[in-house]
Amino acid sequence: MQKNRLKSGGHIQRDDILNFTFNGKKLQAYKGDTLASALLANDIKIVGRSFKYHRPRGIFSCGPEEPNAILQVGSGSRTEAGLKATQVELYDGLIASSEKGWPSLHFDVAIINDWLSKMFGAGFYYKTFMYPAKFWKLYEYFLRKMAGFGYAPDENDPDYYSHHNEHCDLLIVGAGPAGIMSALVASQSGANVIIVDEKEKFGGKLLYSDEKIDNTVAIEWVERAQAELEKAPNVKCLKRSTAFGYYDYNFLTVCERYTDHSPETTVNSPRQKLWRIRTQSVVLAQGAFERPLVFSNNDRPGVMLASAVSEYIKRFAVLPGRNIAIFTNNDSAYQTAIDLKNAGVDSIIIIDSRPENSSAATIKTNELNIEVKFCSVVTNVQGSNKVEGIEIAKLNSETGLHDNELIYRDCDLLAISGGWSPAVHLHSQSGGRNAWSEKLHCFIPKNTHQKNTSVGSSNGFWGLKDCLEDAKKRTSEMLTDLGYELSEKISFDVEENNYVSMSPLWRVNDGKDPESHPKQFIDYQNDTSVSDIFQAVREGYKNIEHVKRYTALGFGTDQGKLGNINGMAILAEVLNKPIADIGTTTFRPAYTPVSFGVCAGQEIGEFFDPIRKTAIHDFHENQTSPFELVGQWLRPWYFPTQNETIENAVKRECLAVRNSLGIMDASTLGKIDIQGKDALNFLERIYTHDVSKMAIGQCAYGIMLGEDGMIKDDGVMTRMAENHFYLTTTTGGAASVMSWLEQWHQTEWPDLDVYLTSLTEQLSTIVLAGPNSRKVLKKLMVTGIDKESMKFMTFVKSKIDDIDVDIFRVSFSGELAFEINVDSNYALHLWNILIEAGKEYEITPYGTETMHVLRAEKGFIIVGQDTDGSINPEDAGLGWMLSRKKDFIGKRSLLREDSIRNDRKQLVGLLSLDGKTVIPEGAQIIRKGAHKKPIPMYGHVSSSYYSPVLGHPIAMAMIESGRDRHGEEFLAVASCGTEIEVKVVNPVFYDPSGERQNVE
Amino acid sequence: MLIIKCPWCGDRDETEFSYGGEADIKRPVAPEALSDEEWGDYLFMRKNTKGVFKEQWNHSAGCRRWFIVERDTVNYDIKATYKF
Repeated sequence: MQKNRLKSGGHIQRDDILNFTFNGKKLQAYKGDTLASALLANDIKIVGRSFKYHRPRGIFSCGPEEPNAILQVGSGSRTEAGLKATQVELYDGLIASSEKGWPSLHFDVAIINDWLSKMFGAGFYYKTFMYPAKFWKLYEYFLRKMAGFGYAPDENDPDYYSHHNEHCDLLIVGAGPAGIMSALVASQSGANVIIVDEKEKFGGKLLYSDEKIDNTVAIEWVERAQAELEKAPNVKCLKRSTAFGYYDYNFLTVCERYTDHSPETTVNSPRQKLWRIRTQSVVLAQGAFERPLVFSNNDRPGVMLASAVSEYIKRFAVLPGRNIAIFTNNDSAYQTAIDLKNAGVDSIIIIDSRPENSSAATIKTNELNIEVKFCSVVTNVQGSNKVEGIEIAKLNSETGLHDNELIYRDCDLLAISGGWSPAVHLHSQSGGRNAWSEKLHCFIPKNTHQKNTSVGSSNGFWGLKDCLEDAKKRTSEMLTDLGYELSEKISFDVEENNYVSMSPLWRVNDGKDPESHPKQFIDYQNDTSVSDIFQAVREGYKNIEHVKRYTALGFGTDQGKLGNINGMAILAEVLNKPIADIGTTTFRPAYTPVSFGVCAGQEIGEFFDPIRKTAIHDFHENQTSPFELVGQWLRPWYFPTQNETIENAVKRECLAVRNSLGIMDASTLGKIDIQGKDALNFLERIYTHDVSKMAIGQCAYGIMLGEDGMIKDDGVMTRMAENHFYLTTTTGGAASVMSWLEQWHQTEWPDLDVYLTSLTEQLSTIVLAGPNSRKVLKKLMVTGIDKESMKFMTFVKSKIDDIDVDIFRVSFSGELAFEINVDSNYALHLWNILIEAGKEYEITPYGTETMHVLRAEKGFIIVGQDTDGSINPEDAGLGWMLSRKKDFIGKRSLLREDSIRNDRKQLVGLLSLDGKTVIPEGAQIIRKGAHKKPIPMYGHVSSSYYSPVLGHPIAMAMIESGRDRHGEEFLAVASCGTEIEVKVVNPVFYDPSGERQNVE
Repeated sequence: MLIIKCPWCGDRDETEFSYGGEADIKRPVAPEALSDEEWGDYLFMRKNTKGVFKEQWNHSAGCRRWFIVERDTVNYDIKATYKF
């Protein structure tokens, strides 16, 4: 039973009944309804509880400005919080619930906040929950429970979303009368046009207007125009699409909703699409928002915007009351009285704050015998869960104050109108300014910053004819400016109401302290009332931006749509300044809330980040090696045999390298080729060691510092020829080192003749490590790698199986090892040859975990693990690598006071005293027996493993003055609370003299 | 989102570029001759210009060249872009 549904009229389909539930209650409405109109049709009065005082609230508006009907919609994985019922198209099976109200919407225990509201003024939360600081967790628990902003689904989103980039000449935002007119003009010019509107149908306010264009009812004109535009090859019409962000250089974001109006039934469609539109110019035809009036208890369920009442009657055939009062300071609300009369309502009264006048609107209501009280205001609303009546007083138009003598009148609906404010949101986001109009009593766009123009009621033209004329004129100017010729003249004939006259009434005031009256709300969504503005000023806030933050005026999803102008005007009154001097607050995207899903688009899951695989990846995958993500690379972590644990696999791999032969895919190393006659000069400036001392064919471990003196990256550098070098970088640093080198070359030393080329993907690197590594190469008849001819840290060009290879005798494990570079196209083939040849030495593929253990046994650092951007070479025990002969990047910083203090953290080795416990990485180092807080922290554990070859755990740590503390005992405390007794030792645990390089 | 004119490639979206901070920070010729304070100025101190600001950008997802942009920090208008 839809109690408030009219027998006829509206754009709903009465033969298409939709079932839905609200707070568990089963209800029915029709196709074409919004959730809000469906609730009103069913006479649902309370739809939510207010933010701070938990006052009962009802549907207030019919559009995106709705402050109260903010609901949880959908169930399971599709549930969504914070939707405005006025914007949700009803579908069969829709499940909605109010987000607030505990234990129930009609009995909310937190209403006590309202009874105690005098305590809860502006800044209450700031002032009250500060102390004691440790109680915040407790406060937060209850505050969150009370705030109750709906909930997020706890399952994955079943829908998908897409992004679309588009360019156009003219983007028109809004398809009300102005937007449509603009599109008609632009369509004939041949310009490439996009017009977007948030509703499922074009028309805006014409969807519920009695006015006529070209002798037909406006809605028919709209339908014809829409059909014409949809046919035009140069016009793209986007419905259910909200332009929510306007960014620099005419870049706008539009969210188009495909399936939200029938989420379960639409298949093979993205749920929403994000249009990223770059346009030459923009026409902003967003329309205007009706303002509320400010008086006591103006938030009771049953107080609604006058235009919303008209829209519900005429678009949805919903009549939300029978005994109706209209409170206004302008003519436009008279249209609501006329609409009510036409809908069969007899009991209507208009309370108009203005003196008696004979405008077209009053003449018309007079004809219809509608009662009007001029020079009157509504001072208060009776009833708490719904409007039961109003108190009316006479207004002294001289003083602006009202009498104390009150007349009481019953009513069940109060329609209010405080005039109109252009929707300047996108104009403001684009960098445009607004100016206060003394004539129109609103802010209108002024001084555009980008190429755009506001038209129609967005530009302060309220009457239909003016609105269309303005759109036509400004769009033509814009198109001419873009170089389009306008051939056909568009003319139109308008039969309009022109109910536009208005006289400001910013608040109902009797001259007494607003605290002495029940709350007079300015911003419903944030529970900001007149007394909050007074209090903010009393406490010293004078700038609108500060008052906004202190009182929450215009916060949240309201974004200044409903209450801002009244708030500014009241602030102006309190400060005794003109409104023009108060200015607006900053409007920011998003205009209306946007889902995370549509922002992410398809860049989720496996598409979140590209995956890079080495040329040898197939081998690793066949071995069912678990992979580790390093940068974007998938690297084999370890190579388990059947059912082998990671501990056992790593132990086996480590011992294989130490005792016989291991093979590793090191292709992810960053590889940079440097040539040019100034290559040496360039590298001398970059690296800390004396590059000029390197002979051709020689390799050197090199580190590069940031200009701040901290270790940036490390790797092996090889002098391939006089003016030709080859560098390796860490896997993670490959791209950043490359661009950093380019930056120095291009911006600081463009005179140097140097060419940098990344070879990271062109070359693959295979490491053969272990005492039998040379034997395998010899078996494959590789030349140039004899013990006598190829010294440690040298390079040769050679061939394996007739494939060209570069062989480097370098070692990250401490064993005899060869790094073999090969064209990536041959890498897997070469790898298989080496595996086959190494069988007699039980060649063992090893992964990153074993590589880490082996290098830690030798005390080699990993940049980014043992260093963190605050470690200089001296700290890391690499002071020997610093050239005294030349300048290099970062050198000067090593002489700064902070760099030379003697209590810096230094790299050390750590052994657990029990010889068994592996110390967790990240553990903090403190003194044994230190209990007095704050406990001094000496450093932290940066790397820690079990060493199979040594048979006990080893760790590396950065400890204050660490090199002077060898032999000292400390306590390592892990985040889980475990305490391990440790001893500081030299970080080179295995083969400190480097004997193992000398095997045959 | 800005449109930046790469001096080599022409107008491109901001997403193709990366930012490199203030331009014209000249690396001192003889760093060791500087006091800690002078070196600190070079290393850490940057202008916070209100108005037209010369800055370095890199066409990192394009030609990978560094170049100079003169940009108004108040309204993001780009006055000029040119090569080093």
